[in-house]
Amino acid sequence: MREREDEWTDLMRSAISGDDAAYHRLLRAITPVLRAAARRGLARAGQPVDQSEDIVQDILLAVHLKRQTWDANAPFAPWLFAIARNKLIDALRRRGRRIFVNIDDFAETLPGETPEQTASPGEVTAQLQTLPARQRDVLQSIAVDSASIKDTAAKFSMTEGAVRVALHRGLASLTAKLRDR
Amino acid sequence: MDTDQLIRTLAADNAYRARPIGLALMLALLAAAPISLLIFFAELGVRPDVMTAMHNPFFDLKFAVTLALAASAIAVSLHLSRPEASLRGFGWWLLIPAGILVAAISGEMMMPQRTPMMTRLIGKNSMACMTAIPAMSLPLLVGALYGLRQGAPARPAVAGAIAGLLSAGLAATVYASHCTDDSPLFVATWYTLATAIVASVGAMMGARALRY
Repeated sequence: MREREDEWTDLMRSAISGDDAAYHRLLRAITPVLRAAARRGLARAGQPVDQSEDIVQDILLAVHLKRQTWDANAPFAPWLFAIARNKLIDALRRRGRRIFVNIDDFAETLPGETPEQTASPGEVTAQLQTLPARQRDVLQSIAVDSASIKDTAAKFSMTEGAVRVALHRGLASLTAKLRDR
Repeated sequence: MDTDQLIRTLAADNAYRARPIGLALMLALLAAAPISLLIFFAELGVRPDVMTAMHNPFFDLKFAVTLALAASAIAVSLHLSRPEASLRGFGWWLLIPAGILVAAISGEMMMPQRTPMMTRLIGKNSMACMTAIPAMSLPLLVGALYGLRQGAPARPAVAGAIAGLLSAGLAATVYASHCTDDSPLFVATWYTLATAIVASVGAMMGARALRY
């Protein structure tokens, strides 16, 4: 487990210094752990575990938009679990439960315990439809059609810079909508 | 959008760099400061005898207290903007201004005084102090919260209250140059009350504004 968390820290450091592939690998590596913890939290609150994917996506968006609060000299896992815990509590509260989430829910996930995504998450998809057309088009092109920023720019006759701005704004307002819903 | 697609999208946005929180907070405070200064110069202004007052150590001590409050609240605010941070181990920073104030009160107690203690405590400007500090704090508080939105505090209301202390400390520093009551007893009573009002407003605003 120590090893796994050291690997996350290294990946996050590479990501911050501009390595997009390392960032992609990091997000893929933390997702099963977040998923397992979200399921456990939901199960303990007596909620159907098939809503866990919405919580996972909530956490991933927060991790992405709050990266600048991580201190590159500190280990990554405690920072990640603090965000995950906050988002899980939020999600359970929104479902009308007051519950204490144990931080060990995240830290103690066993490496073998890596559930696959089950139910299709609906909340991000629903909020996506409320974004301005330009941001929605860019997000969909990159997410669903797995187009690169360059291809997306060509497709919509935008500059790459404009695609990047639309992408980031889209993610930021998506997160704001999910938070304030 | 399934989670793999979301991850791909986030990775594509890896190049985006948010402003460091310290910088965001500083810029937001600089943008808000002119509004507070406008309130100050339009309604209050520096006291006319400021050149002589500067030789009075108790006049200078007011600035030591308010600046210590602002500085320690800024340090705590930046610390609390991290999701895994708590007040533990950092809260004592906020005791620094209180310590200076206690030392100043004991200093004054040991000196011979022409006016009785209660007169010094009640002063002449208590109402001005109680309205001016919150009024001048408000633009700074809004600015501070705006800057701190870059952060991810675990307890937004607590972070908001500290942002209130921060803006009250800055506003009180400017207000202190207007106020003719220099007794540490006056400062400990009225400045503290005004600061508490701003901190409560900060907690209420922060609970909403600083959620992430």
